[in-house]
Amino acid sequence: MATPLRRDGRDAHPDRDHPAYRSTALRHPKQPLVPLHDPETELARPFLGAGPVAPLDHDLTAQHDGPPLGERIVVTGRVLDGNGTPLAGQLVEVWQANASGRYAQAEDRHDAPLDPNFTGVGRCLTDAAGVYRFVTVKPGPYPWRNHDKAWRPSHIHFSLFGTAFASRLITQMYFPGDPLLPYDPVMQSVNPGARERMVASFDLEATVDQWATGYRWDIVLRGPGAALFEEGEG
Amino acid sequence: MPGQALTPAQTVGPFYGFALPYPGGPVVVEGGELRLSGAVLDGAGDPVPDALVEVLQADVRGRLDSGLFGRCPTAPEGRFAFTTVRPGPTADGCAPHLAVIVHARGLLLHLHTRVYFPGEPLNAADPVLAKVPDARRGTLIAAEAEDGYRFDIRLQGPDETVFFDV
Repeated sequence: MATPLRRDGRDAHPDRDHPAYRSTALRHPKQPLVPLHDPETELARPFLGAGPVAPLDHDLTAQHDGPPLGERIVVTGRVLDGNGTPLAGQLVEVWQANASGRYAQAEDRHDAPLDPNFTGVGRCLTDAAGVYRFVTVKPGPYPWRNHDKAWRPSHIHFSLFGTAFASRLITQMYFPGDPLLPYDPVMQSVNPGARERMVASFDLEATVDQWATGYRWDIVLRGPGAALFEEGEG
Repeated sequence: MPGQALTPAQTVGPFYGFALPYPGGPVVVEGGELRLSGAVLDGAGDPVPDALVEVLQADVRGRLDSGLFGRCPTAPEGRFAFTTVRPGPTADGCAPHLAVIVHARGLLLHLHTRVYFPGEPLNAADPVLAKVPDARRGTLIAAEAEDGYRFDIRLQGPDETVFFDV
């Protein structure tokens, strides 16, 4: 029997129905979700067949012939479960726009330059202490069509699994002091008490002299624990 | 014990296609005889061309420790397809099924659903299917198709797929 996951604290996640983010309108279920307590399949651990992580996968500035344009940064932190236990050997997948705010994907029509030296995709495994580390450039903000003068704040997309299918998380990391944060309906979809958990801190320890500024961001996924239920659940 | 505060989820966004898909992602089991295909549709019945579907399932003997996993981005018509094997029942009384996660632009937190198989006698006693109201149970059962099974995922609307709070 697989280990159950804690069910408390999930109000950190945004409501799927968030009118300010227009694309949610036709893409959120209106019927109530059916509660599944301790389902064996969803508590199993997925085995990813994506192949081994290569040594340079964590360094988004070293995947081409030359260095990308932009502000070189280190992004590091720990992956923990909801009990504070570091998760070792976790696959962390990231993707982002380049320094000009353009994704290296054909569908991105934003009129900002592509950078031949930057793809914006990285992967790494957490070490024994649950620490991940990426080297990249700070992504630029970019416009989108959600509302008048809509600009997404700079962000890096993160994808993680934790110990089970049920602890899966896809999220976005934001940068401290970004003036666009209060205007972004995606970021603001999260309740005020939890929003700041998506914002990294500038970190002198992660900063490398004469080379890169450092940002620290810890990620917390659902952890094991049987007896705790959310309010109203029984 | 008070929990460590969870990191909130955010949408996968529209531009994950150059990052998350990988060769072999839609092949859950190499050489598997089961083809599971379908489409992700929105509340207007329109295809969702920027969804990402992930599956997790037991092997043919019902064992979950191998964590058989697949990942498939939807095509412009919202279509996805996996190559896999029919899972065995994971426990006494459980019907064969695949666990499914749907990510998409416009979906701030991914959704969980399951695929069951038509004509499977074990469906009648499956404890998860039993939790689903009769009228909606059919949304979890794949349809037989020429090339395998078809399972459409309707995010909203009259035939909205049953999603689980896992």
